[in-house]
Amino acid sequence: MNPEVPAPTPEPDHPKEVGNAVGAEVGDDVENKVRTVEILISNLLRGGVVLSMLTVLLGTVLSFIHHPDYTTSKEELALLTQPGATFPHSIMEVFTDARAGHGQAIVIVGLVFLIATPVLRVAISIFAFMYQHDRAYVVITTVVLILLLASFALGKVEG
Amino acid sequence: MSFTMTPLEFSGITFCVSIGAGVLGSLLGLGGGIIIIPFLTLLMGIDIHYAVGASIVSVIATSSGAAAAYVRERMTNMRVAMVLELATTTGALTGAYLAGVIPVRWLYITFGVVLGYSALIMYRKRHQKEGEDVAPDALADWLRLHDSYFDEATGKTIAYRVTGTKLGLVLMYIAGIVSGLLGIGSGALKVPAMDIAMRLPIKVSSATSNFMIGVTAAASAGVYFARGEIDPFVAAPVMVGVLVGATAGSKLLGKINSVWIRTIFVVVLLYISLQMLLKGAHG
Repeated sequence: MNPEVPAPTPEPDHPKEVGNAVGAEVGDDVENKVRTVEILISNLLRGGVVLSMLTVLLGTVLSFIHHPDYTTSKEELALLTQPGATFPHSIMEVFTDARAGHGQAIVIVGLVFLIATPVLRVAISIFAFMYQHDRAYVVITTVVLILLLASFALGKVEG
Repeated sequence: MSFTMTPLEFSGITFCVSIGAGVLGSLLGLGGGIIIIPFLTLLMGIDIHYAVGASIVSVIATSSGAAAAYVRERMTNMRVAMVLELATTTGALTGAYLAGVIPVRWLYITFGVVLGYSALIMYRKRHQKEGEDVAPDALADWLRLHDSYFDEATGKTIAYRVTGTKLGLVLMYIAGIVSGLLGIGSGALKVPAMDIAMRLPIKVSSATSNFMIGVTAAASAGVYFARGEIDPFVAAPVMVGVLVGATAGSKLLGKINSVWIRTIFVVVLLYISLQMLLKGAHG
């Protein structure tokens, strides 16, 4: 902890209210850390969103360039959106096809980025609470991440 | 179902409708599935499985798109979100085990009634002052859940105290089970739980629900993806449209009067409740 602060200073309950009281330094410190974490998580979400959106747009544009009939043919839509539509399902297939420049596979890569963003947010939050020396929340967030990963694993077994 | 559109027309129309779903979802803390699923199945003739897959994508897009702004503006209560995520993820896991045990039909009817009742309570309390007369809650104190947010509409910083943490956890656990079983309605249950039981201001409830729904949806997205139910051609215009809409919507929430947000929420809640009751009635 901060060595300059006298030992009996209690942990501030409400950072904002403590701001101009006796423990000003501690209050500001906590406040700054909370703000840093908020900006970090906000940027992470924004970055994930922008990256996945650009990837999906790239894939969509490539699909339309490779298949000029998508803009004229009314039969094509059924092939793309009815049961039995062919698109890669497994991560391996997705990456092989995406490398080959298949538009729909690149779209899926973008969707995977989108799905990964909230999970990454939970993982990053663990470190954020560590940085705030908030042990209870480090535990809570770790348990949430384990439960999330467990439901991923369970889904794989069932699917 | 015969198609009367080209793929380009489909993408264009779906993109535009999804913008609307993103705006509504980001304002109310819902995923936008209530617009996306009926639109894709009834108007565009898309298979229900692909429509549900696209709506899962829409939930994550709404959540991440809007939360980026809400976290920065302190509208989201991240501590409340983390604590409640404990209950929702446990509930989702329980739901996965209960699949096939509980008759889905009765689940629809039960939740249709619960949501309808919640809408009624929220309507009657719509003029209630936010953050006042809140019963003390030792657990909320210990978890330091109390916070404040700046309300752009009134130009005031509103400090609020959180109560009913245990009840909130129980309700979130149930919300997790339901979304695990039905794949819908998680936001529709989360907002009333935070509003009625925990007494969070409506904007904070909406922003915090927004923050949470992405995590729950991401957990089930893996399953839908492995089953091949996320069709990239259907999901792409939904995702891009919803992201544009959610980003725009997140700039609006602060400016709109809380009473209005509540009123719109009540109307949407009644609509969802009716949809669920009808599904239950038809079996």
